Amino acid sequence: MIKHLLDITDLNPDGIQRILETAANLQPEGGAIRKYPALRNKTVVNLFYESSTRTRTSFELAAKRLSADVVNFAVSGSSVDKGESLKDTAQTIMAMGVDAIVIRHKASGAPHRLAQWVDAHVINAGDGMHQHPTQALLDLFTIRQHFPSFEGLRVAIVGDVTHSRVARSDVQALTMMGADVTLVGPPTLLPPQAEHWGVGTTADLDAVLPKADVVYLLRMQLERQQAGFVPSLREYSRLWGLDSARAAMLKDDALVMHPGPMNRGVEISAEVAELPRSMIIDQVTNGIKVRMALLYLMLGTPGEVAANG
Amino acid sequence: MDAGDVSRALARIAHEILERNKGAEHLVLVGLLSRGEIIAQRLAERIAEIEGVKVPTGSIEIGLYRDDIGLRHPPALKTDHIPPIDDKVVVLVDDVLYTGRSVRAALDALMDVGRPKAVQLAVLVDRGHRELPIRADYVGKNIPTAHGEQIVVRVVETDGDDAVLVAERGES
Repeated sequence: MIKHLLDITDLNPDGIQRILETAANLQPEGGAIRKYPALRNKTVVNLFYESSTRTRTSFELAAKRLSADVVNFAVSGSSVDKGESLKDTAQTIMAMGVDAIVIRHKASGAPHRLAQWVDAHVINAGDGMHQHPTQALLDLFTIRQHFPSFEGLRVAIVGDVTHSRVARSDVQALTMMGADVTLVGPPTLLPPQAEHWGVGTTADLDAVLPKADVVYLLRMQLERQQAGFVPSLREYSRLWGLDSARAAMLKDDALVMHPGPMNRGVEISAEVAELPRSMIIDQVTNGIKVRMALLYLMLGTPGEVAANG
Repeated sequence: MDAGDVSRALARIAHEILERNKGAEHLVLVGLLSRGEIIAQRLAERIAEIEGVKVPTGSIEIGLYRDDIGLRHPPALKTDHIPPIDDKVVVLVDDVLYTGRSVRAALDALMDVGRPKAVQLAVLVDRGHRELPIRADYVGKNIPTAHGEQIVVRVVETDGDDAVLVAERGES
């Protein structure tokens, strides 16, 4: 298994399959939640420079269900507020003896820099507009629970792709596994380089919905309207929001996904979020399993083996 | 051991389990994944033939309980199904008993899910070289081995035939 997970492309399809299979065999469906002793001599630090509830809690529970010790390094109120650099913070944390650092940072590339400075495993929990690889893994896991294969699966990713690290990681993960991805949204929010990503792009959501197996809605960040990317949220919602009328165009077995937190009434209507085909809660549950699998496979692999496989 | 030897050993173990526990009431068979599960199912079939009772049978994954995590490549995990074990006599079943470390891990995993009345251990082959104070209650065959040798247990369900072979390490 890889030493660090900085970018979803650090993994190849076999590595992704291995994580998904391991996750499926942890915490069997319907059983009581089990806590395993696997990582009882390991320490995991959550180093979050950006606010996050679900991702930080998910990593914390994943590590705790494997009996690792978890330290939440809250950046506000710490020495970072006094101007400590990322490098100094990293060296301080390393001096305390930790095995893995889970980092979220507003600057794209911060996890890469961190990985050059520390011996510990580094897991990117979201950096700027760049990557959110564990979100992509839990999204793949959720899709995999409903479809036997990714090959040829039609996935529409709808909304603000340009500013979304989730979209970047998901596009790479899905295309790597053979899915057929289409980006849907206002041209101002689709990245111009998307043509090199091996995906289709369109502004016409209604044309895509009847064929899609998965509709993945991205969070519409409210500040985008102030920045002039969309004329108004009402117009955005009318053209690219998934409401009940649009959801009725979907195939019977099509899934609706969203990374959270939702803006109900903007990218997704309250009714659609409650439909049985909506996977939003499943995604949260699956996030813990996938992060457990990742921590187990990374921290459970000997150092010398990690370097070459 | 050929298929006949394996079959006779399992038949004898099934009788011994019933004799020791005075019947099949309160019994639960739990096999260590993967071959232990298959052997546990065979024992349950034998017990059903002899006693006419279907004993609850399950499987246990010990990967997350091993004492060598971080020392070697993490093995693939499988989903286990442990039946209710509270106040039951649990017979742990494995194909080969060697260092005893797998059984130690399985005992910890069992205790995490419940409190059995007693735990017993049945193995098809005991090859010696224990590293922990663990012994089997039921043994199909004792096969003294050198560390460099490997015991290969084959079962119809996954390998096409029933057999127990001694091989040099690296062969199979």
